[in-house]
Amino acid sequence: MAPPLQAPERLSPGPFDGEHDPGAGERAARRTLRAQVARLERELSAIVAERFPYISATSGADAAGHDAGSEEPSCPGPSLLGLAQLERLRDGLAARLQELHRLAADRDEHERTAHEQLQQMKLEPGRFRYVRLPVSDLGQGGCGVWHVRPRLGLIGMLAGWWQLKLSSGCPLPRGSRPRRGPCRRS
Amino acid sequence: MSAGRPGAPDAPRDREPRLGWLAQDVEQELPELRLISTEVQVGRSQSVTAACPRDVRARLQGLSNKFRGARAIGIRREPVPAAYRVFFRQIGLDPDLVRTPIEAAVRERMLRGGFLPGELLEDVLLIALLDTGIPVWALASETLDGPLGIRSSAEGERLGGAQDAPPLPPGRLVIADASAPLAILFGELAPAHRPLASTRELTLFAIAVAGVPGLYAEEALWTCQTALEQP
Repeated sequence: MAPPLQAPERLSPGPFDGEHDPGAGERAARRTLRAQVARLERELSAIVAERFPYISATSGADAAGHDAGSEEPSCPGPSLLGLAQLERLRDGLAARLQELHRLAADRDEHERTAHEQLQQMKLEPGRFRYVRLPVSDLGQGGCGVWHVRPRLGLIGMLAGWWQLKLSSGCPLPRGSRPRRGPCRRS
Repeated sequence: MSAGRPGAPDAPRDREPRLGWLAQDVEQELPELRLISTEVQVGRSQSVTAACPRDVRARLQGLSNKFRGARAIGIRREPVPAAYRVFFRQIGLDPDLVRTPIEAAVRERMLRGGFLPGELLEDVLLIALLDTGIPVWALASETLDGPLGIRSSAEGERLGGAQDAPPLPPGRLVIADASAPLAILFGELAPAHRPLASTRELTLFAIAVAGVPGLYAEEALWTCQTALEQP
C-alpha cells in the first residue's frame, strides 16, 4: 500500500489577518456556525439511534421549518453556504433537536407510567380486568403483551380469580401451525 | 506528493494515490475536504460492466452478514459515517433526505435482504465503501483532461461539458478536471465520463471530509485497485 498522503501546505491566518482581509471575520463566523451544525447533527443522530423506533429522524422536521414553509428548496444540492444560510440551518437543527428532546421526554414519561401500571397489575390483577399492556410501551422490543385474564376461564371470571399473563411474542411469518388432519392410512 | 491545479499540464500517470486540487473558495471554506484519486488498469478478463465474478460475489455475501439491523440503526453514530452526515449538513444537504453513500448502501441491504451482486465495477466500489465507509467513484480515464479537483460550478456550465449534457445551476460543488465538471459532489457522474463496457483504464476518486483520516480513503482506493487489477 502506498505511503500516507501529505496534505498540501496551507497558510494559516495570523492573529491580525482580519485587519487586512475584510472577509476573514465573516469566514470565522461561518466556521463557528459549521462547528455548531456539526455538534447539533451529532446530538440529533444520538437521539435517533438511541430511541429507535420510537423517535424517527424526521420526527422534529416540522418544528425546524424543514420542507414546509422553508424559503429554500429542501434539496438544493451541494454548495458553499453563506452566513445567512448557515444561520438558518443552525437554527433549524436547534429547533429540531429541541423537539426531539421533548419527544424523548414524553416517551420517558409514557414508559414510566407503563412500568407503574405493570407493577399495579402484578399486585392487584382484579383491578385491571382484561387490561392489555404491550411490552413496547415499556420500552422493550418484541410483540409481547401483558394481559390480565381470568384463571380457568369462565370459572375464574365468576370466582374473581384474575391473573397477569405475558403473551408468547411475535406471530410467526407463516401463521400458526395447521391442525393435524385425520390420519391417512394406506 | 503535490496537489494538482486546474489547467496544469498532465502529470505522468501512475498508480499511486494523489491529492486533488481545491478551488480557493472551497479550500477556504472547507479546508479539511480532500479528493484523492488514483489510476487503475483493469486486469480482469471480463468487462467492468459484466456480472461480478465469484470472488467478488463471495465478498459481498460476507459483508451482508456484517451489516444487520442493529448496525444499520446505529451506523449514523459511527465515526466515519457521522463525519459524512455532518459534512452533508454543512454543504446544504439533509442526510435524512439525501442519504450519505454508506447509509444508502446499508438501507438497500436492509430492504433487499443482502448486498445483491450486480456489475463488477459497481460491486467493487460497494465493497470499498462497506469496508472503509469511504465512497469511491470511477471515471473513464481516456475522457479526462488533467488532474481532478473540487470547485463550484459557474453560470451556464453543463455536467460533462457536452452540448446535450444536463445543465448545472451556478454554485453547485462539482468534481472537475481542467475542462469541465465531471460529477456533482456526492451526486451523479457526467454521462460522457462514466466507464463503459470497453473501458480498461479507470480513474478512481474518493472524497474524504473533516474527521476522516486520509489513510481510510487510500485504503478504499487500494481495495478497488487490487480487486480490479488482478487478472
